[in-house]
Amino acid sequence: MADHQGSYTTERGFIGWWDQRLPIIRGTRELILNYPTPKNLSYWWTFGSILGAMLIIQIVTGLALSMHYTPNAQLAFDSVELIKRDVNGGRLIQAVHSVGASMFFLALYIHLARGMYYGSFKAPREALWLLGCLIFVLSIATAFFGYVLPWGQMSYWAATVITNIFAAIPVIGDPLLQWLRGGFAVDNPTLNRFFSLHYLLPFVIGAIVVLHIWALHIPGNNNPTGVEVKSGRDTVPFHPYYLVKDLFAVVVFLIPFAWVAFFAPDILGHADNYIPADPLVTPPEIVPEWYFLPYYAILRAIDFPIWFIDSKLLGVIVFGAAIVVLFFVPWLDRARTRSGRYRPAFRIVFWIFVLDFLMLMYLGSKPPEGIYVVLAKIGVLYYFVYFLIILPLLSRYETPRPLPASISESVLRPARS
Amino acid sequence: MIKFTNILAAAFVSLVMAWGAAPALAQTPTDTSAPPIPEVQQQPWSFAGIFGRYDRNQLRRGFQVFQNVCSSCHSAKLLSFRNLQDEGGPAYSAAQVKALAATFQISDPTAQGGKRAGLPSDHWPSPFATEQDARAANGGALPPDWSVLAKARGQERPFPQWLFDFFTTYQEGGPDYIYALLNGYKSAPPGFTVPQGKFYNTYFPGHAIGMPPPLTDGRVKYAAGPDGQKVPETVDQYARDVAAFMAWLSEPGLDGRKEAGFRVIAFLLLFAVILWLAKRRIWENVEH
Repeated sequence: MADHQGSYTTERGFIGWWDQRLPIIRGTRELILNYPTPKNLSYWWTFGSILGAMLIIQIVTGLALSMHYTPNAQLAFDSVELIKRDVNGGRLIQAVHSVGASMFFLALYIHLARGMYYGSFKAPREALWLLGCLIFVLSIATAFFGYVLPWGQMSYWAATVITNIFAAIPVIGDPLLQWLRGGFAVDNPTLNRFFSLHYLLPFVIGAIVVLHIWALHIPGNNNPTGVEVKSGRDTVPFHPYYLVKDLFAVVVFLIPFAWVAFFAPDILGHADNYIPADPLVTPPEIVPEWYFLPYYAILRAIDFPIWFIDSKLLGVIVFGAAIVVLFFVPWLDRARTRSGRYRPAFRIVFWIFVLDFLMLMYLGSKPPEGIYVVLAKIGVLYYFVYFLIILPLLSRYETPRPLPASISESVLRPARS
Repeated sequence: MIKFTNILAAAFVSLVMAWGAAPALAQTPTDTSAPPIPEVQQQPWSFAGIFGRYDRNQLRRGFQVFQNVCSSCHSAKLLSFRNLQDEGGPAYSAAQVKALAATFQISDPTAQGGKRAGLPSDHWPSPFATEQDARAANGGALPPDWSVLAKARGQERPFPQWLFDFFTTYQEGGPDYIYALLNGYKSAPPGFTVPQGKFYNTYFPGHAIGMPPPLTDGRVKYAAGPDGQKVPETVDQYARDVAAFMAWLSEPGLDGRKEAGFRVIAFLLLFAVILWLAKRRIWENVEH
């Protein structure tokens, strides 16, 4: 038993009594409050905490909404409106939940980009990265299911278009599609299962977030220099240093969130979703929420067949590959230097990648015609060239700049960057 | 260096977006015979912006237009009579609403004869019993329900306007469009044939709208204000008032939402300052 005691001195009284039976208070203190954190983390590192806060906000507001929502194709649209009109505070809860999804993805993309730039996925943090990618995939699914629930025109047609993706799979495509929808077309059974899954998945995400944080606490944080922690001088305890800093960042992040949720709650949505779902009327343009636009652009950019693979299936394969490739980043980028700060060539291709992603996002919102299609193809090409060719080659041929000997040294004599 | 690349990134993105926004480059002309739809002009609404509130008198006038003209074809299923007495809405007195509701006959299978006088808790009765009835009476076209119609007609805005809209909180594309549509009835340009039973409208997609011009000057009588001043009884004014009414109908809780917004953001700003000071104090002795 003695080796389980750690550096913690046993408390007296109730806490001591409790900790001898279930050391949850001691565990919190040792694993979270005293967790040694590199002292040079920038504000880009606060997005993990911000995402945690966003997830909690989504779950709490979502619970309240689900108490009043009716997952029935005849009633769903009006029930969302009645939440806004007749439930106490309903307008605000609904606005925070729908705007919250956007803010969640904003933070998620920044968090992902930060991990990519500073090489936070590299050994020994591959498990951390894989779990993060899994959270990303589950968040996409959750947001998609949630978008269907108000059962407006965009909800309905988004559900139709996205489930149709599975019909592209040879042989089993059509039966699979019917099984997923619970019928030949998107209808009440689809809405019911989407509601069920939308309720379930956030808790699965929550569980994986616990693993994600666990996988973070085994190797410890990466940091802007990418140099591992060498001694106690390089770190500060999480509490109070990062607890307060992260809380500050969360509150700052909440300000634009509140601005949109309270003053322009419909600005991020599509007007057509205020038209009740109508299977007989296809909207002139079917556009997903902004956070899916890059992947929507990738899906639509592939309008040509290769060999025996028709364009539809190829589009789906490329779309899937665009997400799956993220899981392989730790084995594609083998550069020994973690941080992009010391990799002059990587830094350029990385920022081009960010621009490429933003360009795809813009193109996803445009009709697939004319110059937009050409640009989208270039965008898709660079997306994959970046991951599959540039990252592996750069790690071989790039000469990194000299690294600081330690975090403390980099803090005392900042490298010119 | 990171800052510089950021600036570069922003510049590149704006360039790409400005380029993409140039419609001449991207949009292939679809139908040369139909004249293009002009851009919907932004109107000065009392409820625009973060300080905007509905104008009670305008909502009452808009309701009058709805009641006397529009409601003979358009339903408003989510409107209850009691909503008309809401603060921040038309704010009629409880007695007025009760009297108004009583003038309507509501279908109620539990009442004797299947009908009874309306109560404030009743929903606004729809003019047609079924969608088929509505279509039959309107040459095959379905007059859309008004409950959230003002939001369903929101306008997509080109770059960079949509970016500025986040700061100005512009959400009034729907009322802007409705106002433009109601003033958009013109005679068809030469070469454009309007199908039988349809009407030419400058702003309607495809220009052939099923709704006959609903408003004419002087159709609805407005009462004079306490100072004896009269609001003009013109199509332009009716369109403005009814569009404002529709905006309220689709977003009745606007006042409360914005008031809460000010309180929340004031709290967050204050809390952020306190946390920043705490953070600075805590990190004072750490080189980082």
